[in-house]
Amino acid sequence: MDSLTNYLFVSAALFCLGLYGVITRRNGVAVLMGVELILNSANINFLAFARFGGMNITGHVYALFVIVLAAAEAAVALAIIINIFNNFKTINVDDVSQLRQ
Amino acid sequence: MITGNIITDFCLLILFLPVVAFAINIFIGKRLPRQGDWVSVGAILITLVLSLSMLMNMFMNWDPNFSHEVQFSWIDLGAFKIELGFWVDNITIVMLVVVALISSTTHIFSLEYMKGDIRYSRYYAYLGLFTFSMNGIVLANNLISMYIFWELVGVSSYLLIGHWFEKHSAANAAKKAFLTNRVGDIGFFIGIMLMFTAIGSFNFQDLFSGISQGMISGQLLTLAGVGIFLGAVGKSSQFPLHIWLPDAMEGPTPVSALMHAATMVAAGVYLTVRLFPLFSPDALLIIAYVGGFTALFAATIAVTQNDIKKVLAYSTVSQLGYMILAVGVGNYVAAFFHLLTHAMFKACLFYGSGSVIHAMHHSLHELNDHDTDPQDMRNMGGFKSKMPITYWTMAIATLTISGVPFFSGFLSKDAILAGTLAFAQHYPQHFLLPLFGFGAAAITAFYMFRLIFMTFHGEAKMPKVFKGIHESPRAMTFPLILLSSLSFFIFYTLPYLNPFSDHGWFTELIQASDSVVKGNPTAGEIYEGIHHAHYPAMALSLLVAGFGIGMATLMYMKKKISADIWSAKMGFLYKLSLNKYFFDENYDRFLYQPVLKLSRAIAYADWDLYDKYFINGFGRVTKWLAFLTGRLDYDGLDQKLVDGVGRTAQGFGNQLKNVQTGRLQNYMLFALAGVIVILVMQTI
Repeated sequence: MDSLTNYLFVSAALFCLGLYGVITRRNGVAVLMGVELILNSANINFLAFARFGGMNITGHVYALFVIVLAAAEAAVALAIIINIFNNFKTINVDDVSQLRQ
Repeated sequence: MITGNIITDFCLLILFLPVVAFAINIFIGKRLPRQGDWVSVGAILITLVLSLSMLMNMFMNWDPNFSHEVQFSWIDLGAFKIELGFWVDNITIVMLVVVALISSTTHIFSLEYMKGDIRYSRYYAYLGLFTFSMNGIVLANNLISMYIFWELVGVSSYLLIGHWFEKHSAANAAKKAFLTNRVGDIGFFIGIMLMFTAIGSFNFQDLFSGISQGMISGQLLTLAGVGIFLGAVGKSSQFPLHIWLPDAMEGPTPVSALMHAATMVAAGVYLTVRLFPLFSPDALLIIAYVGGFTALFAATIAVTQNDIKKVLAYSTVSQLGYMILAVGVGNYVAAFFHLLTHAMFKACLFYGSGSVIHAMHHSLHELNDHDTDPQDMRNMGGFKSKMPITYWTMAIATLTISGVPFFSGFLSKDAILAGTLAFAQHYPQHFLLPLFGFGAAAITAFYMFRLIFMTFHGEAKMPKVFKGIHESPRAMTFPLILLSSLSFFIFYTLPYLNPFSDHGWFTELIQASDSVVKGNPTAGEIYEGIHHAHYPAMALSLLVAGFGIGMATLMYMKKKISADIWSAKMGFLYKLSLNKYFFDENYDRFLYQPVLKLSRAIAYADWDLYDKYFINGFGRVTKWLAFLTGRLDYDGLDQKLVDGVGRTAQGFGNQLKNVQTGRLQNYMLFALAGVIVILVMQTI
């Protein structure tokens, strides 16, 4: 079995776990953690293809890019969550459904 | 030296300065100091200076064949082309001076006469409009621009006759003048179109050369000529369209002097003078008879009129008849000569009557008498001592119009009478024409002296009013003095000083050109005939003038012959004359009423038959159809189709609303499902 496939399996598993977390968690912070997992699965993909893809792709740069972006995204998302808490006194995303009406 | 382009510039300035004054006065005149009269007076004085400098230039060049033509294209549609332009020759220059001079004196006279008028600035604006249009006629080199300015002159005449439109009679007179002119103008237009159809140009020179090449001839040419002449009949108030001019005296007196005596009514004569070469022999004969008859006929009406302005109005009609007669017998230079001298002395007479009316008006105003007619000569008498300047200037003008030697009228009238006499000698069957001419001359002398005697001599008929009569202010006497001095022969015969011959700058600089129609005598032949008839005509005209003056003196000055007994003796004729031959009444009975009846019948057919059954029926059918369509549209289309689409959309929306849960995770799930669907579709 090619070693690239292994990496992709790991990556896919990580993606599914992240997606599961995003969809099922009610807690806003947990949803955020799911998103982080998804991002990291993408990072693994980038690195795996860069290393074994044989296509001369420089994926490392994108991995670094994504890490920085994830940090920024986490900062913004946490700020939003804090604001939600200030307004609704909860961070349960199901209770924050004012747009529906 | 003025040559070439500078003449064009001068003409443009002369033409457009008055219209600039018109625009300024009509829009902001009321807000200007002195209501803007100085704008108009300034503009007209500048045009006077320009015209006079052109006249000086004419004298310096001394060229009888001087001609300057400019034209530019106005409408160009390939085959149909209209060009506008100027044709300046010696006739044009003299006419420009006449218009500018009379117009300036009118502007000055009006400063006093119209003082305090409610529409003072508008009055001056219209004067500017008139001067502009009159100059347009004078300068025109083609029939189209002639016609345009012809109508503009008609409009300004309408506006000025109706200046005091609160008075019913003034408003009616304005309408009458305009409509009567329209009748003539239709003929004019037909004439223009006949010429254009045959020759393909409106330009005078093209017309002349086209006719000499025979592009239009025979009866068609006669018809076209008579059509164009009909325009002149309307504007120059000739029989049978003479009815408007006496009524036009409802306008302010300076306007009567400017338009209805000196310039506008002369436009018809000017037109025939300008286009003389294109009239066929038959057309000229018609022109001669219309003119001659008008001259005599109007003079017989003037004899019995008591309104001072009406006398002058009929006198103008009669004098214009003279000019038309002269054109008809081929002596068109004499016609233009009489136009020139007549402009001066008739304007002077009108200003004189204006001065008298002004004085009467003020006197009556002080007496608080609003019933006495200030224009009726029977209320005057003995004004000589109170208004010496008005008296003497009017007396000079009266001598001039009567044809007394040493005055200009003698020369021009004599030239016309010599022309008719020569014509009758050549064609003895037309012996009536000189009879018309000499008869009118005798009557003219009679009624003019009657006017002078009734107004200025004898005893005052109304002593109370007489006490309040004063000489008019300087702005009014100045034009009188100026124009009466221009009635002396010397201004027309220079550099020669023979008072019995019209030989002078005028005859040397303005020479007749040959007619381009075959069958007409050449200018040389006409001149030859006149030369022979000159002295007999002079002797005769002196005789008849003397007779007329003598009769007037005996009747109204010495009272040797009682006018009352004579009028009673000739009761029928007197009544005919006093009532102007019942022209207005007969026109009313035989022309207006039948037309009105016809109109009523047509109105009945149109309104009660056509409208009621056809048009209204059409309306009902449409209404019914519309109702049907309405039902179909509303109940069928709207309810089922249009609203149906809306309802369907609403139903879908309600169904889809449930998908929108507001739960973030649901949306994520949908997104995931979407991605999976896309992936699956890509793989397949």
